[in-house]
Amino acid sequence: MRWPWRRRAEVGPVLSRPEDITCREIVRIVNDYVEGVLPAAEREAVELHLNLCDGCSDYLEQLRMSIALTGELPPDALSPELEEELCAAFRSYRE
Amino acid sequence: MDGYRREATSTTAPPIPPDERLLLERLRAGDEAAYRELLRQYTPSMLRVAMMYVPTRAIAEDVVGETWLGVLKGLDRFEGRSSLKTWIFRILTNTAKTRGQREGRSVPFSSLGGDDETDESPVDADRFIGDGHRWAGHWASAPRNPRDVPEERLLAGEATERISAAIEELPESQRAVITLRDVDGFDAEEAREILGISDGNQRVLLHRARAKVRAALEDYLNEKVSA
Repeated sequence: MRWPWRRRAEVGPVLSRPEDITCREIVRIVNDYVEGVLPAAEREAVELHLNLCDGCSDYLEQLRMSIALTGELPPDALSPELEEELCAAFRSYRE
Repeated sequence: MDGYRREATSTTAPPIPPDERLLLERLRAGDEAAYRELLRQYTPSMLRVAMMYVPTRAIAEDVVGETWLGVLKGLDRFEGRSSLKTWIFRILTNTAKTRGQREGRSVPFSSLGGDDETDESPVDADRFIGDGHRWAGHWASAPRNPRDVPEERLLAGEATERISAAIEELPESQRAVITLRDVDGFDAEEAREILGISDGNQRVLLHRARAKVRAALEDYLNEKVSA
Protein backbone atom coordinates (compact mmCIF):
# COMPACT_ATOMS: atom_id res chain seq x y z
CA MET A 1 0.00 0.00 0.00
CA ARG A 2 1.11 3.52 -0.71
CA TRP A 3 0.80 5.91 2.18
CA PRO A 4 -1.36 8.76 1.00
CA TRP A 5 0.50 11.76 2.32
CA ARG A 6 3.11 13.80 0.59
CA ARG A 7 6.45 14.59 2.17
CA ARG A 8 6.82 18.29 2.67
CA ALA A 9 9.85 20.45 3.07
CA GLU A 10 10.92 20.91 6.68
CA VAL A 11 9.72 24.19 8.11
CA GLY A 12 10.46 25.63 11.49
CA PRO A 13 7.75 26.40 14.02
CA VAL A 14 5.84 29.45 12.85
CA LEU A 15 2.89 30.81 14.76
CA SER A 16 0.11 32.66 13.06
CA ARG A 17 -0.83 36.07 14.34
CA PRO A 18 -3.58 36.16 16.94
CA GLU A 19 -5.72 38.48 14.84
CA ASP A 20 -5.98 35.79 12.18
CA ILE A 21 -8.53 33.00 12.11
CA THR A 22 -7.95 30.61 15.04
CA CYS A 23 -7.02 26.95 14.86
CA ARG A 24 -10.33 26.08 16.52
CA GLU A 25 -12.15 27.77 13.64
CA ILE A 26 -9.94 26.10 11.05
CA VAL A 27 -10.85 22.70 12.42
CA ARG A 28 -14.54 23.58 12.03
CA ILE A 29 -14.29 24.58 8.38
CA VAL A 30 -11.37 22.56 7.07
CA ASN A 31 -13.62 19.84 5.67
CA ASP A 32 -15.50 22.45 3.67
CA TYR A 33 -12.08 23.54 2.45
CA VAL A 34 -11.28 19.96 1.40
CA GLU A 35 -14.70 19.78 -0.27
CA GLY A 36 -13.97 22.96 -2.21
CA VAL A 37 -17.16 24.67 -1.06
CA LEU A 38 -15.74 27.62 0.86
CA PRO A 39 -16.27 31.12 -0.55
CA ALA A 40 -13.08 32.56 -2.02
CA ALA A 41 -12.33 34.90 0.87
CA GLU A 42 -12.60 32.14 3.46
CA ARG A 43 -10.58 29.78 1.34
CA GLU A 44 -7.79 32.34 1.13
CA ALA A 45 -7.90 32.88 4.89
CA VAL A 46 -7.64 29.13 5.46
CA GLU A 47 -4.72 28.84 3.07
CA LEU A 48 -2.93 31.74 4.71
CA HIS A 49 -3.40 30.11 8.10
CA LEU A 50 -2.29 26.70 6.85
CA ASN A 51 0.89 28.22 5.47
CA LEU A 52 1.74 29.59 8.88
CA CYS A 53 0.46 26.93 11.22
CA ASP A 54 2.06 23.50 11.50
CA GLY A 55 -0.64 22.20 13.84
CA CYS A 56 -3.42 22.89 11.36
CA SER A 57 -1.38 21.63 8.40
CA ASP A 58 -0.82 18.41 10.30
CA TYR A 59 -4.53 18.23 11.15
CA LEU A 60 -5.31 18.60 7.44
CA GLU A 61 -2.77 15.90 6.56
CA GLN A 62 -4.36 13.54 9.04
CA LEU A 63 -7.79 14.33 7.64
CA ARG A 64 -6.63 13.68 4.08
CA MET A 65 -4.89 10.50 5.15
CA SER A 66 -8.03 9.22 6.86
CA ILE A 67 -10.17 10.04 3.81
CA ALA A 68 -7.68 8.15 1.61
CA LEU A 69 -7.66 5.16 3.97
CA THR A 70 -11.47 5.18 4.13
CA GLY A 71 -11.42 4.94 0.33
CA GLU A 72 -9.42 1.73 0.64
CA LEU A 73 -12.12 -0.03 2.62
CA PRO A 74 -13.76 -2.61 0.39
CA PRO A 75 -17.37 -1.78 -0.50
CA ASP A 76 -19.83 -4.34 0.81
CA ALA A 77 -20.28 -7.25 -1.56
CA LEU A 78 -23.64 -8.47 -2.77
CA SER A 79 -24.32 -11.93 -1.38
CA PRO A 80 -24.63 -14.62 -4.08
CA GLU A 81 -28.02 -15.66 -2.69
CA LEU A 82 -29.50 -12.19 -3.01
CA GLU A 83 -27.92 -11.75 -6.43
CA GLU A 84 -29.54 -14.95 -7.67
CA GLU A 85 -32.88 -13.95 -6.16
CA LEU A 86 -32.78 -10.57 -7.88
CA CYS A 87 -31.73 -12.11 -11.19
CA ALA A 88 -34.55 -14.65 -10.96
CA ALA A 89 -36.94 -11.73 -10.49
CA PHE A 90 -35.45 -10.15 -13.62
CA ARG A 91 -36.03 -13.30 -15.66
CA SER A 92 -39.60 -13.75 -14.50
CA TYR A 93 -40.33 -10.07 -15.14
CA ARG A 94 -39.00 -10.34 -18.67
CA GLU A 95 -41.07 -13.41 -19.46
CA MET B 1 -28.27 24.16 -8.45
CA ASP B 2 -31.09 22.00 -7.24
CA GLY B 3 -31.03 18.93 -9.46
CA TYR B 4 -34.37 17.66 -8.29
CA ARG B 5 -36.22 20.86 -9.08
CA ARG B 6 -34.38 21.26 -12.33
CA GLU B 7 -35.57 17.85 -13.41
CA ALA B 8 -39.16 18.68 -12.55
CA THR B 9 -39.24 21.91 -14.54
CA SER B 10 -36.93 21.18 -17.44
CA THR B 11 -38.51 20.40 -20.77
CA THR B 12 -35.45 19.27 -22.71
CA ALA B 13 -33.42 16.42 -21.30
CA PRO B 14 -29.63 16.62 -21.49
CA PRO B 15 -28.16 13.94 -23.73
CA ILE B 16 -27.62 10.57 -22.03
CA PRO B 17 -23.89 9.75 -21.77
CA PRO B 18 -22.87 7.11 -24.35
CA ASP B 19 -21.94 4.37 -21.85
CA GLU B 20 -25.22 4.84 -20.01
CA ARG B 21 -27.15 4.80 -23.29
CA LEU B 22 -25.54 1.49 -24.18
CA LEU B 23 -26.31 0.05 -20.77
CA LEU B 24 -29.92 1.21 -21.09
CA GLU B 25 -30.27 -0.42 -24.49
CA ARG B 26 -28.94 -3.68 -23.12
CA LEU B 27 -31.28 -3.53 -20.14
CA ARG B 28 -34.27 -2.73 -22.30
CA ALA B 29 -33.37 -5.66 -24.52
CA GLY B 30 -33.51 -7.91 -21.45
CA ASP B 31 -29.73 -8.49 -21.25
CA GLU B 32 -29.24 -10.32 -17.95
CA ALA B 33 -25.48 -9.73 -17.85
CA ALA B 34 -26.04 -5.98 -17.97
CA TYR B 35 -28.60 -6.25 -15.21
CA ARG B 36 -26.28 -8.37 -13.06
CA GLU B 37 -23.51 -5.82 -13.50
CA LEU B 38 -25.79 -3.06 -12.31
CA LEU B 39 -26.99 -5.18 -9.38
CA ARG B 40 -23.46 -5.81 -8.17
CA GLN B 41 -22.53 -2.18 -8.52
CA TYR B 42 -25.43 -0.62 -6.64
CA THR B 43 -27.14 -3.19 -4.42
CA PRO B 44 -24.71 -2.96 -1.46
CA SER B 45 -25.12 0.83 -1.24
CA MET B 46 -28.87 0.42 -1.76
CA LEU B 47 -29.11 -1.98 1.17
CA ARG B 48 -27.22 0.43 3.37
CA VAL B 49 -29.50 3.30 2.43
CA ALA B 50 -32.62 1.15 2.86
CA MET B 51 -31.44 0.15 6.35
CA MET B 52 -31.81 3.75 7.43
CA TYR B 53 -35.54 3.63 6.80
CA VAL B 54 -36.54 0.11 7.81
CA PRO B 55 -35.90 -1.91 10.97
CA THR B 56 -34.39 -5.15 9.65
CA ARG B 57 -32.00 -6.40 7.02
CA ALA B 58 -34.70 -8.74 5.66
CA ILE B 59 -37.07 -5.83 5.05
CA ALA B 60 -34.22 -3.84 3.50
CA GLU B 61 -33.63 -6.69 1.06
CA ASP B 62 -37.36 -6.66 0.29
CA VAL B 63 -37.19 -2.93 -0.39
CA VAL B 64 -34.21 -3.40 -2.68
CA GLY B 65 -36.00 -6.19 -4.56
CA GLU B 66 -39.06 -3.99 -4.94
CA THR B 67 -36.83 -1.16 -6.14
CA TRP B 68 -35.23 -3.26 -8.86
CA LEU B 69 -38.69 -4.32 -10.00
CA GLY B 70 -39.63 -0.65 -10.13
CA VAL B 71 -36.51 0.02 -12.18
CA LEU B 72 -37.42 -2.72 -14.65
CA LYS B 73 -40.98 -1.44 -14.95
CA GLY B 74 -39.81 2.13 -15.41
CA LEU B 75 -36.94 1.46 -17.84
CA ASP B 76 -38.94 2.24 -20.95
CA ARG B 77 -40.13 5.51 -19.48
CA PHE B 78 -36.68 6.60 -18.24
CA GLU B 79 -35.73 9.70 -20.22
CA GLY B 80 -32.32 10.38 -18.78
CA ARG B 81 -33.16 13.67 -17.11
CA SER B 82 -31.09 12.51 -14.20
CA SER B 83 -28.35 9.90 -14.27
CA LEU B 84 -29.48 6.29 -14.18
CA LYS B 85 -27.85 5.95 -10.77
CA THR B 86 -29.68 8.92 -9.30
CA TRP B 87 -32.94 7.70 -10.77
CA ILE B 88 -32.50 4.21 -9.27
CA PHE B 89 -31.67 5.62 -5.86
CA ARG B 90 -34.63 7.95 -5.97
CA ILE B 91 -36.91 4.97 -6.52
CA LEU B 92 -35.12 3.25 -3.65
CA THR B 93 -35.58 6.06 -1.14
CA ASN B 94 -39.24 6.47 -2.08
CA THR B 95 -39.82 2.74 -1.68
CA ALA B 96 -37.88 2.59 1.59
CA LYS B 97 -39.68 5.61 3.05
CA THR B 98 -43.09 4.15 2.27
CA ARG B 99 -42.12 0.80 3.73
CA GLY B 100 -40.52 2.40 6.77
CA GLN B 101 -43.68 4.32 7.54
CA ARG B 102 -45.71 1.15 7.27
CA GLU B 103 -43.29 -0.51 9.70
CA GLY B 104 -43.72 2.38 12.08
CA ARG B 105 -40.17 3.54 11.72
CA SER B 106 -39.69 7.28 11.88
CA VAL B 107 -37.88 8.81 8.95
CA PRO B 108 -34.20 9.39 9.71
CA PHE B 109 -32.61 12.81 9.55
CA SER B 110 -35.82 14.44 10.71
CA SER B 111 -34.04 15.86 13.73
CA LEU B 112 -31.02 16.97 11.77
CA GLY B 113 -30.22 20.42 10.62
CA GLY B 114 -31.63 21.71 13.88
CA ASP B 115 -29.54 23.14 16.63
CA ASP B 116 -29.15 19.91 18.58
CA GLU B 117 -25.57 19.27 17.61
CA THR B 118 -24.33 22.56 16.25
CA ASP B 119 -21.78 22.93 19.01
CA GLU B 120 -20.28 19.53 18.52
CA SER B 121 -16.58 20.19 18.09
CA PRO B 122 -14.56 17.81 15.97
CA VAL B 123 -11.69 18.09 18.46
CA ASP B 124 -11.78 18.17 22.28
CA ALA B 125 -12.05 21.74 23.50
CA ASP B 126 -9.08 21.36 25.83
CA ARG B 127 -6.76 20.83 22.90
CA PHE B 128 -7.03 24.55 22.23
CA ILE B 129 -5.73 27.38 24.36
CA GLY B 130 -8.57 28.78 26.46
CA ASP B 131 -10.17 32.21 26.24
CA GLY B 132 -8.43 35.15 27.82
CA HIS B 133 -5.03 34.13 26.60
CA ARG B 134 -3.21 35.92 23.80
CA TRP B 135 -3.26 32.70 21.79
CA ALA B 136 -6.83 31.72 22.62
CA GLY B 137 -8.26 29.28 20.09
CA HIS B 138 -4.87 28.09 18.89
CA TRP B 139 -3.52 24.61 19.47
CA ALA B 140 -2.46 23.74 23.01
CA SER B 141 -1.92 20.16 21.96
CA ALA B 142 -1.43 20.05 18.20
CA PRO B 143 -1.88 16.93 16.09
CA ARG B 144 1.32 15.33 14.93
CA ASN B 145 2.32 15.04 11.32
CA PRO B 146 1.79 11.51 10.02
CA ARG B 147 5.40 11.71 8.81
CA ASP B 148 6.60 11.72 12.42
CA VAL B 149 5.50 8.15 12.81
CA PRO B 150 8.22 5.78 11.64
CA GLU B 151 6.78 4.16 8.56
CA GLU B 152 7.93 0.69 9.55
CA ARG B 153 5.65 0.89 12.60
CA LEU B 154 2.55 1.52 10.49
CA LEU B 155 0.64 -1.46 9.27
CA ALA B 156 -1.84 -0.64 6.55
CA GLY B 157 -4.28 -3.29 7.70
CA GLU B 158 -4.24 -1.98 11.25
CA ALA B 159 -5.00 1.58 10.21
CA THR B 160 -7.91 0.62 7.98
CA GLU B 161 -9.27 -1.66 10.70
CA ARG B 162 -9.32 1.24 13.12
CA ILE B 163 -11.02 3.41 10.52
CA SER B 164 -13.59 0.76 9.79
CA ALA B 165 -14.34 0.40 13.53
CA ALA B 166 -14.71 4.18 13.88
CA ILE B 167 -17.20 4.25 11.00
CA GLU B 168 -19.21 1.45 12.61
CA GLU B 169 -19.58 3.53 15.76
CA LEU B 170 -20.94 6.60 13.98
CA PRO B 171 -24.60 7.57 14.23
CA GLU B 172 -26.51 6.03 11.32
CA SER B 173 -26.90 9.24 9.32
CA GLN B 174 -23.19 10.10 9.56
CA ARG B 175 -22.24 6.55 8.69
CA ALA B 176 -24.49 6.62 5.64
CA VAL B 177 -23.00 9.86 4.36
CA ILE B 178 -19.33 8.95 4.88
CA THR B 179 -19.84 5.51 3.37
CA LEU B 180 -21.60 6.83 0.29
CA ARG B 181 -19.02 9.58 -0.17
CA ASP B 182 -15.70 8.05 0.84
CA VAL B 183 -16.19 4.30 0.39
CA ASP B 184 -18.65 4.11 -2.51
CA GLY B 185 -17.36 7.26 -4.19
CA PHE B 186 -20.62 9.17 -4.77
CA ASP B 187 -20.20 12.93 -5.08
CA ALA B 188 -21.85 15.41 -2.72
CA GLU B 189 -24.83 16.06 -4.98
CA GLU B 190 -25.47 12.35 -5.49
CA ALA B 191 -25.26 11.58 -1.76
CA ARG B 192 -27.60 14.48 -1.04
CA GLU B 193 -30.14 13.22 -3.56
CA ILE B 194 -29.87 9.61 -2.48
CA LEU B 195 -30.47 10.43 1.16
CA GLY B 196 -32.99 13.16 0.45
CA ILE B 197 -31.17 15.70 2.60
CA SER B 198 -30.19 19.30 2.04
CA ASP B 199 -26.80 20.36 0.84
CA GLY B 200 -26.07 21.84 4.26
CA ASN B 201 -27.01 18.63 6.07
CA GLN B 202 -24.85 16.56 3.78
CA ARG B 203 -21.88 18.81 4.55
CA VAL B 204 -22.45 18.83 8.30
CA LEU B 205 -22.87 15.05 8.49
CA LEU B 206 -19.79 14.44 6.36
CA HIS B 207 -17.76 16.89 8.40
CA ARG B 208 -18.71 15.24 11.68
CA ALA B 209 -18.14 11.76 10.35
CA ARG B 210 -14.75 12.54 8.85
CA ALA B 211 -13.66 14.40 11.97
CA LYS B 212 -14.38 11.32 14.11
CA VAL B 213 -12.63 9.00 11.72
CA ARG B 214 -9.63 11.32 11.69
CA ALA B 215 -9.61 11.27 15.49
CA ALA B 216 -9.46 7.47 15.41
CA LEU B 217 -6.54 7.65 13.01
CA GLU B 218 -4.81 10.18 15.27
CA ASP B 219 -5.16 7.84 18.25
CA TYR B 220 -3.62 5.10 16.17
CA LEU B 221 -0.71 7.30 15.04
CA ASN B 222 -0.06 8.43 18.61
CA GLU B 223 0.03 4.85 19.85
CA LYS B 224 2.54 4.03 17.17
CA VAL B 225 4.82 6.88 18.18
CA SER B 226 4.83 5.96 21.85
CA ALA B 227 5.02 2.22 21.13
